[in-house]
Amino acid sequence: MRDAAIAESPWVRWLLIAIAVGFLALFLLLPLLAVFAQALSRGLGPYLSTFADADTQSAIRLTLLVAAIAVPLNLVFGIAAAWAIAKFSFPGKSLLVSLIDLPFSVSPVVSGLVYVLLFGAKGVLGPLMSDWDFKIIFAVPGIVLATVFVTFPFIARELIPLMQEQGSAEEEAALTLGASGLRTFLTVTLPNVRWALLYGVLLCNARAMGEFGAVSVVSGHIRGVTNTMPLHVEILYNEYDFVAAFAVASLLAGLALVTLVGKSVLEWRHGDELAAVRRH
Amino acid sequence: MAVAITAQGLGKVFNGTAAVDRLDLAVEPGELLALLGPSGSGKTTLLRLVAGLEAPDAGRLLFGEEDATRLAARQRRVGFVFQHYALFKHLTVADNIAYGLRVRPRRTRPPEAEIQRRVGELLDLVQLNGLGKRRPAQLSGGQRQRVALARALAVEPRVLLLDEPFGALDAQVRRDLRRWLRDIHERTGHTTLFVTHDQEEALELADRVAILNRGRLEQIGTPDDILDRPATAFVAGFVGEAVRLAVEAAPGTIRIGAQPISIPTGDVSGPAALFIRPRDLLVCDDGPDALSARVIAVRRTGPARRADISFGPGLPAVEVELPATSSVRKGDTLHVRLTAVRLFSSSRRGDDGRQS
Repeated sequence: MRDAAIAESPWVRWLLIAIAVGFLALFLLLPLLAVFAQALSRGLGPYLSTFADADTQSAIRLTLLVAAIAVPLNLVFGIAAAWAIAKFSFPGKSLLVSLIDLPFSVSPVVSGLVYVLLFGAKGVLGPLMSDWDFKIIFAVPGIVLATVFVTFPFIARELIPLMQEQGSAEEEAALTLGASGLRTFLTVTLPNVRWALLYGVLLCNARAMGEFGAVSVVSGHIRGVTNTMPLHVEILYNEYDFVAAFAVASLLAGLALVTLVGKSVLEWRHGDELAAVRRH
Repeated sequence: MAVAITAQGLGKVFNGTAAVDRLDLAVEPGELLALLGPSGSGKTTLLRLVAGLEAPDAGRLLFGEEDATRLAARQRRVGFVFQHYALFKHLTVADNIAYGLRVRPRRTRPPEAEIQRRVGELLDLVQLNGLGKRRPAQLSGGQRQRVALARALAVEPRVLLLDEPFGALDAQVRRDLRRWLRDIHERTGHTTLFVTHDQEEALELADRVAILNRGRLEQIGTPDDILDRPATAFVAGFVGEAVRLAVEAAPGTIRIGAQPISIPTGDVSGPAALFIRPRDLLVCDDGPDALSARVIAVRRTGPARRADISFGPGLPAVEVELPATSSVRKGDTLHVRLTAVRLFSSSRRGDDGRQS
């Protein structure tokens, strides 16, 4: 298979593999196992009773709600941005591309702080918000905003390279055949990117549910009201309720595993269509 | 059915450069017209302007009597065939062909049974019966391009536009498809515009050929016109494997390097360009009309032989066709006579000069 002239000697190869595997085991697999081990350390009963707790249930509900709002919003935004960037040229295009990447390069804490500075009691728009009696900071809208900001790039980033690679010839063909713009989008553009889109949604969802930093800044940690799952884990841990903390953490870890499996299945089944997409 | 396409002063500028430069073109109803030119000559832009895929910056475009300048691409009823097929990857061959019929508004959409019948007919026409259920990825390049043509024909277009339709195919398939396209054109009778950079393809396939250069029309005419009576130095240099020689012209005579010969010069005088094709030169005995040349190389090409000869130091080599039985060798001296004269004044703008 491999040309002996360009291959490393066997022991170098084995050493490299051993280092990689050892690193993965130590830093990824072991912590993952530790989460489940801790969660189940006093048996299944205490583990399950965590989820009967009202505050825990509220945290799970809030996390699901935030993801259910943030992911569709970024789905629409991601498709629109990718469409605009890949198929048209307009002034300010490269600026838009950089802006999409901004949440990747900014610390999540800063992302959260931005909203506090904007909408907080002493913020720019704070007085306006209190006039309208509409709470954003230390309330659900703030958490949604922060999550949308942080998960902004995921879907757009998956779609842009693929759409750019595919070009516009199929859309032009549909137009000359008499299809309207919307029809062209639904019957040509969308089917061509469907797997990359699903891939992006998976990653976006995982991040939306798991986001800690930005959400922590705007949430205010009000139990049963503004606590998401990651925040709830921290609170339980700080209260030395290790079983409950790791039980909630195990749900998040489970979500990560499901995402990983889904991602792998997509890559395996539709790798050719995702080929243009930069791997994460 | 077949309509004329008329472009009047049509122009398109990209980034400050005129891709199509105030161009006038009249395509006759039912005609198969080739747009031929080097890359960057504006031929594809012109085709896309006709299709409505680009908006013109100047001029008008007529389909028959109707002004189509501002008509959206989807309302023009043109069939467009792309170089790289642009088939819908996720649809079957039959669904690709049916696409243009299915996207029609309900009032004008044929019933499903009628659509199926049309698809069947078109699959017959492009000789792909039985492949309707395949996906584009399961077809060869030639088959894909035939599906693309069937898809374009399905909407009963007023004009058919093909952008380098055979550009991505290998030589054998190109030749087959060329003959087959001519055949389809004869049967369906659409006004057809096709873009190519392959002059053999254009001259063999088209009723008329339009030669484009830098967004302008150099010449439009039958293949005979283009080959035998090139209107400009550009056309003379572009078609027929011509070699350009810089010469000095005086009335009735030109000087190639140090050798004068008497030929009809028309009213060309001063520095001029002489275009010589391999078959323009006839080997002869020495005489007043003959040029002497040194043989640089000889090679076999198909049924004949060709020799590279030079009329003097510093002059580019010219090809001459010889019979296969010829015993001419490298280093020999040949005497040749010009059988066709394509002489153009060297204008200040290089190759753009018109025949004077």
